[in-house]
Amino acid sequence: MLASLAGIIERDLRLAFRRKGDVAQVLVFFVIVASLFPLGTGAEPNQLRAMGPGVVWVAALLAALLSLNRLFAADYADGSLEQMLIAAHPLAVTVAGKTIAHWLTTGLPLTLLAPLLGVQYDLPGAALGALVASLALGTPVLSLIGAVGAALTLGTRGAAVLLALLVLPLYVPVLVFGAGAVGAALAGLPHGAHLSLLGAFLVFSTVFAPWATCAALRIALD
Amino acid sequence: MSTKELDFGEHAARGEWWLRYAAPQAFFPLAGRLIPYFVVLAVVFAACGLYLGFFVAPTDFQQGEAYRIIFLHVPAAWMSMFLYVVMALWGALGFVLNTRLSGMMASAIAPTGALFTFIALWTGALWGKPTWGTWWVWDARLTSELILLFLYVGFIALKASIDDPRRADRAGAVLALVGVVNVPIIYFSVQWWNTLHQGASVSLTRSPSMATTMLWGMLLMALAAWMYAIAVCLARVRLIIREREREMAWMRELGGGE
Amino acid sequence: MLQAESLACERGGRLLFKSLEFTLAPGTLLRVLGPNGAGKTSLLRILCGLARPVAGRVLWSGEDAHALGEEYGRRLLYLGHLSAIKEDLTPRENLRFAQRLVGLEAPRAALDEALARLGLAGREDVPARYLSQGQKRRAALARLALSRALPLWILDEPLAALDVHAIDTVLALIGTHLADGGMAVLTSHQEIELASASILRLVLAG
Repeated sequence: MLASLAGIIERDLRLAFRRKGDVAQVLVFFVIVASLFPLGTGAEPNQLRAMGPGVVWVAALLAALLSLNRLFAADYADGSLEQMLIAAHPLAVTVAGKTIAHWLTTGLPLTLLAPLLGVQYDLPGAALGALVASLALGTPVLSLIGAVGAALTLGTRGAAVLLALLVLPLYVPVLVFGAGAVGAALAGLPHGAHLSLLGAFLVFSTVFAPWATCAALRIALD
Repeated sequence: MSTKELDFGEHAARGEWWLRYAAPQAFFPLAGRLIPYFVVLAVVFAACGLYLGFFVAPTDFQQGEAYRIIFLHVPAAWMSMFLYVVMALWGALGFVLNTRLSGMMASAIAPTGALFTFIALWTGALWGKPTWGTWWVWDARLTSELILLFLYVGFIALKASIDDPRRADRAGAVLALVGVVNVPIIYFSVQWWNTLHQGASVSLTRSPSMATTMLWGMLLMALAAWMYAIAVCLARVRLIIREREREMAWMRELGGGE
Repeated sequence: MLQAESLACERGGRLLFKSLEFTLAPGTLLRVLGPNGAGKTSLLRILCGLARPVAGRVLWSGEDAHALGEEYGRRLLYLGHLSAIKEDLTPRENLRFAQRLVGLEAPRAALDEALARLGLAGREDVPARYLSQGQKRRAALARLALSRALPLWILDEPLAALDVHAIDTVLALIGTHLADGGMAVLTSHQEIELASASILRLVLAG
């Protein structure tokens, strides 16, 4: 079972590596979106600090959303997904492997890149730490919930917009507590509770989201 | 691979009468017979509720007459949340039992649920203007209601974009279940986020001073909303049955409906 | 042994077939025939567990294939209408990952031998996007040369887009598989001649 999981992760990472551009585009998108806000609102340092947590988190949310079609759509189009559905290991293992690979190629780089954007928004060290910690806990949830949406929209008309419509409302709790943790750190308040809640979301979605993803994949290929 | 395609005729013969109406062909005429009763009940309850709310209930000492919008707002908000749960239950039922009617019911409920959500938002804005001095505040309940509207729209859009109706039903069921699990989490997080929460000052529904007539008015209006929702959903499910099963022999015998 | 028990299939509100029954014993080939749109691909997808029949079930050694789940997947080689070839991977990588999915780990030499068997010697390391359609199909079919351990082969149009030489190779592989006591279900527009194999024909009327 673990070997199958590692096999799926290896395959998806190798595919992502062959298409480094796709991975890079998502990161560039993240940086561009976050950099646009000061141009629209003015760059007064106090205002930037107040906006920073929310803007960086929303940009991360959108970047993660943009990358979701990579998760299943290509495998659906070329028939690989069919093979995965009738594999010798449970579909949940495939879904878990693909979600982990997706996080490694989106959530993780977003998390590592975020402090740079935080500096743009004049966030102090403590808030930068909270930003990295909240993204590290929150982005896996984005991948897990996003996988459900990506599976549900397979083969539908206008899949990209539909995916945003389905997934973004479900991202609200992660956004609230993710940006909330950074905001609390910024105000010099303890933010351990936020991070604990994000951790709870992570556990909860790890348990339930793959189930829904598997069901959605079977429906899409029926 | 076996599928649990239940033969409802057989179940009915064995006396499981409640399953008989799970078959669209049995449900179609039943729904047609029931609709008028629910329409009448909706009109009666609404008339009584509006009379109580607008003529009998006393003027609020804080908000004057503006508060009377709660007779629309509160039942609409109740229904919007309740219908989402009912929709998810129908979806789950269809997923487990593989019945055709369940998915159709879920499809029929979604627009009505979205309508009530929209009414709750609209009346909330109308209430907000005299109360808070602005059309929109990021109040926890209004914000949750807005996200609920997004969830309804997502459900309707997903179903509309899948051509095969049975696939659409199953995908919709998964989405509704994911949504229903998330609604409390979203509600909780929005509530938490809303540190500048002003709801308490206008939460008439929770204040012990609320006159009994107000409560009665709201309950009657809620019942009216209920009856309206049932009547409209039954009418809509009849349309869906007619559209989807037009190829089926029993439908042709009816001459394409009545 | 593979059994179909009163299978029925519906697509887009139309009943494609119903009460379909057959039993496939080891060493036999089932050839599914019928005009376009008769449900050949749908039947194959039902047999391998991807699609759900509206009635009936598929039995593997007397047990419900659906209930067997991945246990059934371990017995099964399915080559669909889509080749499942990743353009960004080389034929060797494609073959390795495909075999891994069914729980078979093949050493590099065996992978290259299988590819050579299908005429892809020297192309093992070229990303699949530089291969022709026929070559991609052959890269997918190279799985046949590595799947003797899988008793049931379900092949959707395995001979389409292949040259004469490749057709002979594929038929030879299927022949060996059947002679070893394997089973195969396939659709094909070409006549299939296999010495020493019993061939069942199933005609879907459409």
